[in-house]
Amino acid sequence: MVNNAPALVPLLLLATAISIPVLAIRKAKVAFFATMLASFGSVILSSYNVFRVWRNGPLSYHFGGWLPPIGIEYVLDPLSSFVALAVNGIAFFVLWHSGGVQERELPGKSVPYYALTLLFLCGANGMIVTGDLFNLYVFLEIFSLAAYGLIGIGEKQAPVASFRYLIMGTVGGSFYLLGIGYLYIVTGSLNMADVRNILPHVPGNPAVATALSLIVIGMGIKMAVFPLHGWLPDAYTYAPSTSSALVAPIGTKIAAYAVIRILFFVFGVDFVSRTLPVTDVIAWLSAIGILYGSVMALAQNEMKRMLAYSSIAQIGYIGLGIGLANPLGYIGAVLHILNHAFMKGALFLVAANLRKKTGQSDISMLDATLRKKLPWTMAAFTVAALSMIGIPPTAGFFSKWYLALGAIDRGNWVFLAVILVSSLLNAAYFFRILEKVYLAPPPGQTAGEDSHPEAGKGRGSLAGEEEYCLMIPVVVVSFSLLLIGLWNANIVREVIQRILPPGM
Amino acid sequence: MTPPEIYSSTIPFYAVMVSLVAMPLILLSSRHAVLREFWTLAASVVKFSLVCLLLPGALAGRVAGFTFWEISPGISLALKADAFGVFFALIASGLWILTSVYSIGYVRGLKERKQTRYFACFAVCLSATIGVAFAANLLTFVFFYEILTIATYPLVIHKETKIAVSAGRKYLVYTLTAGVLLIAATAWTYRLAGTLDFRPGGLFGDASFPPGAVTALFLLFLAGVGVKAAVMPLHSWLPAAMAAPTPVSALLHAVAVVKSGVFGVVRVVGFVFGPALMHRFGLNILLATVAGVTILLASLLAYRQDNLKHRLAYSTVGHLSYIVLGAALLSPASLVGGLLHIANHATMKITLFFCAGAIYVTHHKEKISELDGIGRAMPWTMGAFTVAAIGLAGIPPVNGFISKWQLGLGSLQAGELLPLAVLVVSGLLNAGYFAPVIFRAFMKPPAVPHERGEASYAMVIPLLVTALLSLLLGLDPDLFFHFHRLAVGVSGSILGGIGQ
Repeated sequence: MVNNAPALVPLLLLATAISIPVLAIRKAKVAFFATMLASFGSVILSSYNVFRVWRNGPLSYHFGGWLPPIGIEYVLDPLSSFVALAVNGIAFFVLWHSGGVQERELPGKSVPYYALTLLFLCGANGMIVTGDLFNLYVFLEIFSLAAYGLIGIGEKQAPVASFRYLIMGTVGGSFYLLGIGYLYIVTGSLNMADVRNILPHVPGNPAVATALSLIVIGMGIKMAVFPLHGWLPDAYTYAPSTSSALVAPIGTKIAAYAVIRILFFVFGVDFVSRTLPVTDVIAWLSAIGILYGSVMALAQNEMKRMLAYSSIAQIGYIGLGIGLANPLGYIGAVLHILNHAFMKGALFLVAANLRKKTGQSDISMLDATLRKKLPWTMAAFTVAALSMIGIPPTAGFFSKWYLALGAIDRGNWVFLAVILVSSLLNAAYFFRILEKVYLAPPPGQTAGEDSHPEAGKGRGSLAGEEEYCLMIPVVVVSFSLLLIGLWNANIVREVIQRILPPGM
Repeated sequence: MTPPEIYSSTIPFYAVMVSLVAMPLILLSSRHAVLREFWTLAASVVKFSLVCLLLPGALAGRVAGFTFWEISPGISLALKADAFGVFFALIASGLWILTSVYSIGYVRGLKERKQTRYFACFAVCLSATIGVAFAANLLTFVFFYEILTIATYPLVIHKETKIAVSAGRKYLVYTLTAGVLLIAATAWTYRLAGTLDFRPGGLFGDASFPPGAVTALFLLFLAGVGVKAAVMPLHSWLPAAMAAPTPVSALLHAVAVVKSGVFGVVRVVGFVFGPALMHRFGLNILLATVAGVTILLASLLAYRQDNLKHRLAYSTVGHLSYIVLGAALLSPASLVGGLLHIANHATMKITLFFCAGAIYVTHHKEKISELDGIGRAMPWTMGAFTVAAIGLAGIPPVNGFISKWQLGLGSLQAGELLPLAVLVVSGLLNAGYFAPVIFRAFMKPPAVPHERGEASYAMVIPLLVTALLSLLLGLDPDLFFHFHRLAVGVSGSILGGIGQ
């Protein structure tokens, strides 16, 4: 079992995904429980993996017993095991939460929905652990196709948004495929470690530079780096809330992880920052993206759309950290993958709860009755919002801190200014909501309060009117931001700093 | 100079945490007013006692240190109760007890809504303030400073009126901007110095600087801590924040929040940059100019305010810059004077705000022009008001005189006459804008006779205590808490081992 550890999580998820349609043939509810079980299993396994890697160093698994570079290799090092845990952790809470909203948003579709979620997670986990460039493409496609499905089953406009995502995503995937094609021609290998060793022996080959550009652009689309973000706002807005809560924290972050993996661990810091200044381009585009996303978020009236634009800005943080190409920027980027997954997860779950309770999530319609109706959700929202702004001791503060240190280390004051200005813009668009939720008087006499089906249910319990399965995941995810913040040094020291990219 | 002896102790930790622990208790007892008030009072008394326990060590030059854990590789979240920290913590936590009593009278008198949120946020603010006081390094300082910013916000918007909400926005714009500038300054300091630990006399050691870096860094810091210290032109959030309930204005906008700002200024001047760097780059002149201008302009602006709380707010702006001026002059007596003014201004200004609140609760008067004859209706309250006002004008025997005397002495020590002139003029201006209030209250007959009546005991007793405290500390600044000895110690440690 131990030797198989790297492959276990994707396989478990894949097997469950395939068997769900059969298992749930009589009772649709089984799909939910099977998904929860698989997701819980993946959390346990990835925690165990993190622990093992921390104690014994990187693990590698060769598929079918074929040795790399011929066979496919799965690698668990501190970075991949950590990102996998973050992804599976947030997925678990989102899936738990989905039990309460999925039936309302997608009546009668729970079997395909849960099968898709597991495929999506399987793809994500595969992309994280694989040590093979082509295998990464395969999982990228699994993951993307599942994401198209998850988004497409939403409301009226969702299929259009999803189709747009599909077109752009496919372009991105093809770019990536072309890129590794070039690499394969030059190096004759698809194994990441192998390619890493061969590349220094082919200096100045234009094909390598082409490959790098294609890969970065392809992954950039998936990651929604400015200006390749066009698909994102619609996709996140019109997807079912529970899908956006799953896709938003995980989707773009996996692509960011792939970029980190390929740039720093395949091409190497030297190549990407000196031979071909890809990182500079990424950094500047990200900086623009941060400002663009924040300003656009400020202009939105729909909460999910606002969060979508805010995602573009937050991806910019990760991109900026990557683009700085120094240790502190790298720490900031990797830490922000975790932080943003939790922040955005929490915020989209809040939006889902809002929609379930009030039927919509327009910011202009929010008022102070919500703090009575959804006290815990709103508390969770407050914590997540403070983290987005970057108030200590939340996790968001530390992303900002490391990125600021990285920008200063690089001597680039523009980046520093961008990071700081963006945190003020975040404050503007989150306090706009907080003000409404806590202060805005309800319009007139809301006689309709009792017309809510849930009104009065469970009154007097700790959760007030909220349902436990909706409230607990939100609260756990959002309050864990405080824990991540307070103990971020352990993550940085024990995980991120253990595998700084060579040459950084 | 031998570095002060540091001993490990958990007392600073408990002193910070007490009110943070009280917060959930307050929230849980939201339906029981008495229980909620009990938690507040208990937390404030315990907090003050804990800080008092640290006083003997601080006087003896021993520093209680506590480290939570590493918060960023190489930087710990750490507390250090040095003399300066204890000095500030004593004032903030001591006055919290009185403010708690006063608050209870105030919110009951006005039947305020959302009292649970009010008391809970108050508790968090105090935790953050003590955290600011005891922060051992810049990152810890930023940490608590930002928490203080956020925890104060619900108190500013407490009334939930349009004015309050827009005041809250203004407050956030100013303080959050300051927060990010402070973070930038902190990160840059870390890059330049490789450490963030506060050290008397400056933490940079013999670090080398790129040209222009020191001045730019100092300006960043000044903007970062200057907003809370309300130095002009960063002051305008403070008068706006007077929309908050009066006890909030009293403790937070005269003591905890704004003093965290000036505390930060002194930390930055004395413990980050140090006198040598300040002099070398002419930063002291820059800071003194800003402070001097603020003192005069704020005093002039105070004349134009008819709202009593707004006049007090501008007076606060001016007096905060006394402290900044003391730090900028960097002479032994000016530092002592500046530090003493942290304590002295606190007792006096809190008295004035308490009085303003008492008048508001019993007679619903906010404007100075409506106060004719109020002194006869509320003799005790207006008596206390008069004592504090005399003190702020710098007239003996109230404690404001002591700090001003030291500041004046300090400016002569620094060989400067201009600051002295500023202080003298400001004293006259202070007398000028407080005199009409007192004159109206006692001399002018009211248009409509006031019903005779003081506020409730819960409000009158705290304001009498603070007025008495101002008087007693004016007679003997070393009384009770040895503020003077602490200040001398801090000043000595900053300037290099004279009194430590």
